[in-house]
Amino acid sequence: MESAILRSVNYNAYFGDNHVCKDVNISIPKNEVVAVMGPSGCGKTTFLRGINRMHELIPNATAKGQIFLNDEDVMEMHPIFVRLKIGMVFQRPNPFPNLSIYDNVIAGYKLNGIKLPKAERDRIVEHSLTRVALWKEVKDSLNKKGSFLSGGQQQRLCIARAVAMEPEVLLFDEPTSALDPISTSTVEELFHELKKNYTLIIVTHNMQQAARVSDRTAFFYMGELVEFDDTKQMFTNPRDVRTQNYITGRFS
Amino acid sequence: MKDIHIKFRIGKSIFFQAFAILLSVSCVIPLVAILLYILDAGFKTIRTNGFQFLTNLPKPVGEAGGGIANALLGSIIIITVASVVAIPFGILCGIYLSENRKSRWAYWSRLCVDILQGVPSIVIGIVAYFWLVKPFGGFSAFSGSMALAIMMLPIVIRSTEETLKLLPDSLREAAYALGMPFHRVILKVIVPCGISGILSGVMLSVARIAGETAPLLFTAFGNPYVSMRLDKPMQSMPLLIFNYATSPYNDWHDLAWGASLVLLVWVLLLNILTKIIARRWKVQF
Repeated sequence: MESAILRSVNYNAYFGDNHVCKDVNISIPKNEVVAVMGPSGCGKTTFLRGINRMHELIPNATAKGQIFLNDEDVMEMHPIFVRLKIGMVFQRPNPFPNLSIYDNVIAGYKLNGIKLPKAERDRIVEHSLTRVALWKEVKDSLNKKGSFLSGGQQQRLCIARAVAMEPEVLLFDEPTSALDPISTSTVEELFHELKKNYTLIIVTHNMQQAARVSDRTAFFYMGELVEFDDTKQMFTNPRDVRTQNYITGRFS
Repeated sequence: MKDIHIKFRIGKSIFFQAFAILLSVSCVIPLVAILLYILDAGFKTIRTNGFQFLTNLPKPVGEAGGGIANALLGSIIIITVASVVAIPFGILCGIYLSENRKSRWAYWSRLCVDILQGVPSIVIGIVAYFWLVKPFGGFSAFSGSMALAIMMLPIVIRSTEETLKLLPDSLREAAYALGMPFHRVILKVIVPCGISGILSGVMLSVARIAGETAPLLFTAFGNPYVSMRLDKPMQSMPLLIFNYATSPYNDWHDLAWGASLVLLVWVLLLNILTKIIARRWKVQF
């Protein structure tokens, strides 16, 4: 693909002797929403966590292969630089409970010891919170602790925290599975907004969600990348029989 | 027939409940009795000697107006030095144990900490005597501090470890995903979130060693005068209580009671402070 921002070449991931990602080759174009779906235990979350080198934080976890971010191999880079360029949002909202809403948004700078002038900080906080459609709701309570927000608001706060670092790619690990339907739709609307500036990779259990929000979909099965195609194409006319079986609900 | 059966059951239940209440009330009796007795005896000392006994030096037998200033000051110095040594070590070790739960080295050091907690205080005193007192040729406050520091370590380590273990992994992941290096994750996220538990452990360990006598017997040794030198013998509260209470003089018995009251209030205050800190600085998830 001509404008691939992220490209993996023969990526393999292991937990001890357990081979969870098998020779994954994928090219993800810039400014698109890519959904990664597949049954439980198919390696999709492991692949996602491999992209920003979070995988190796787990004891016994190892990885082989290459992942290129703009032609730079993230496996060769220091994980800290990788994670500054590739943001991540988790399954459960995890704002820092000891920090205020304001400090949570700016956490990537504040906790990394990056000093910014007050005006710049204010601008980043307002900008990031506006991006995730949270500014209006919290602008009068920026000094309250982030953990007082509702689940959906907390998740948007976590997205704002990732967005504040101006990464190139944003990874979402089942970002709505702990949220109620209304919060889920708010977050899904955000994806359309965010893809103007970032490339989004979203792991999801929910096929409808994949169909709703993504431009392209990747289907993982038993650690393999079975199919990666245009979302419409994939849901209407899958090439692989395993994809077809999964989409039609023969197994899950 | 059935009615009687149910009534019998109800009766049994009431009897059982009453028994449980009775026993739990009787558990409180020893503590309350000790408290009341020391309060009574201690306040009698304060009435006869005034509060000056806190700031006066001990006087020879028979002379009125003796005090415990040397012991109070000594205890504060010895405990401060012990804390300065034990708290950083303890917290760092606790962090290591909670961050590396499964490594072999963590397993062994955790085992050692557990065993250390069970070592009798007199044994720690003897060890300090052979390692610090004998080689340096004399009793010293410093050797007493070291003995107490060893006693503090396991309490601080285990409370730090247990507190940090309870923090959810998602917190660490959130921090790592922002590109934070290990030391910043620990210092800026993990420790601030667990600070109430860590401080509680520190307070409790200070309260615990405040009353330790055995390790000080042959290290700090005791001193009838005010001494600020760490390389010389120094008086401390538990030692003073021990010496005065076993003496044959009534004045000294009174001072021992007064000192007991001071020690008790000290420990009580530390415990209350711990509770306040734990509540005030608790991080809500």
